[in-house]
Amino acid sequence: MIDFSSATSIREAILTRKCTALDMVAEAYRRIEKLDPKVRAFISLTQQSALEKAVEVDGKIARGEKAGPLAGVPVAIKDNICMRGTKTTCASRILENFDSPYDAFVVKRLLAADAVIIGKTNLDEFAMGSSCENSAFFKTHNPWDLDYIPGGSSGGSAACVSSRMTPLSLGSDTGGSIRQPAAFCGIVGMKGTYGRVSRYGLVAFGSSLDQIGPFATNVRDCALLLGVVAGKDPNDSTTADVAVPDYTDGIEGGVKGMKLGVPKEYFVDDIAPDIAKAVRNALDAYAKCGAEIVDISLPHTSYSNPTYYIVANAEASSNLARYDGIHYGRRASDAKDLMDLYCKSRNEGFGPEVKRRILLGTYVLSAGYYDAYYLRALKVRTLIRRDFDEAFKKVDAIACPTTPVPAFKFGERIDDPLQMYYCDILTTSANLAGLPGISIPCGFTENTMPVGLQLLGKPFDEGTLLRVARAFEAATDFSKTPPLVRNK
Amino acid sequence: MTIDDRQLNHVALLARLNLRPEEREPLRRDLSEILAYVEKLKEVDVTNIEPTSHALPQKNVFIGDEATARLGKDDVLDNAPGRSGDLFKVPRVIDEGGET
Repeated sequence: MIDFSSATSIREAILTRKCTALDMVAEAYRRIEKLDPKVRAFISLTQQSALEKAVEVDGKIARGEKAGPLAGVPVAIKDNICMRGTKTTCASRILENFDSPYDAFVVKRLLAADAVIIGKTNLDEFAMGSSCENSAFFKTHNPWDLDYIPGGSSGGSAACVSSRMTPLSLGSDTGGSIRQPAAFCGIVGMKGTYGRVSRYGLVAFGSSLDQIGPFATNVRDCALLLGVVAGKDPNDSTTADVAVPDYTDGIEGGVKGMKLGVPKEYFVDDIAPDIAKAVRNALDAYAKCGAEIVDISLPHTSYSNPTYYIVANAEASSNLARYDGIHYGRRASDAKDLMDLYCKSRNEGFGPEVKRRILLGTYVLSAGYYDAYYLRALKVRTLIRRDFDEAFKKVDAIACPTTPVPAFKFGERIDDPLQMYYCDILTTSANLAGLPGISIPCGFTENTMPVGLQLLGKPFDEGTLLRVARAFEAATDFSKTPPLVRNK
Repeated sequence: MTIDDRQLNHVALLARLNLRPEEREPLRRDLSEILAYVEKLKEVDVTNIEPTSHALPQKNVFIGDEATARLGKDDVLDNAPGRSGDLFKVPRVIDEGGET
């Protein structure tokens, strides 16, 4: 029996010739055909190249050649990651017709590992948002209840794995865009240390914050995929020259004797009671597994989100200056001169949230405001980082909720930017400090929407995070139930 | 912090956005609210704190000065909304007349 939700199981079945890579690709597209009209996770599918890749993998196995660590495993990627032969739209009108000129580093790694890329998933436009409602094309639905948002910005990648259309996907996380939708969709989602995974071929949003990372239904698969995409890349000088261990090695080591820090600032009064309760129960489970639960303080937590929205938007306003209507992307048809061409092309091409962020970022970098906003935010960023440095002198990892609220219904927050930004208050600090973080399922709300437990670790200590995550997964069964993909 | 019309015009020009009239008021209001939200950072004492622009303690990273295969001309120009041979086509930027 092949468990399609498990990359490890699929790989084993293919390597032992219980099935072929072609069977698994066909199964992925069969599921997409059945489920995606309801979930709407995909912007585009890549049947042709997927079939070719599957045939290649099956050929290798038939000839007795060594196949890669993701042999024949169907994987989806977020549509802000370039893959030759596909459009990379960023769910934006401005890039609607943009052909990927090359393969992103992570795409090369996936293909070298013999993974089969199935398609490209929906997101908030340019990865700016927390609900996937900012996609210029359509809304993605939460497989646990189709009336709810899947989270964002990697909502398509999360919904795809949650509904078991593929066992794995890649997203990107600038302020929580992997961990938050993983929590909302009841799956595992991880962002490595800043510099762990190359950003080459990822459309830039906040360059000092962005990281690509895996979604999976279980911790072992997450470790497997992270190991495939991590590592030094000469094309991204911010990747770290730190050896990539086998992340699946040692994940069964348990938490006996480990110290898990619980920051009191992450349990403030306005955290949804259902979430606080599920996370408290998770901490009890860890204590039963032999971990020592240690109260810690991260005093600058409440400044993380304001700092993030200054830094990320400043970087975004600079990165998105490249959309000029000249080199690539949408061009306005009726421009009278060059300036008019820039201004019209950009205003027609960008959606409302992207404009808000570009304007805010431009403002905080502009003459007269730079010191008061941007420079001050960079200094607070130092303080946020120091809080973690202090905490990690006392504990091996930090455990806390991923989000202050569970998944919500369409339209509930989209008209009020600050209500939407509130969803990110517990995830942005890891990006500002460059730390690795993972969200794993740890329970359900009263109306059975998933709750995420967030674990944060020391720089380049992804191995410990995965081991801590696996210990909880092994002791509980919140990861085992798939959603029904319907309206409740 | 309240953004007024004049400031909105200034920042929209810097950002090269030709805002439609009906977009202006909602954006002005949202920006004012977001700026009020981030003002919270004024509470923090940042005296003698160094800024962090980057989480990794990396300095300059050098690569060898070697020619490598990069994108071909067509890979680049195929995405251009206006192309003339091997050039990007843009609206006229130099006036034909004698005035400067």
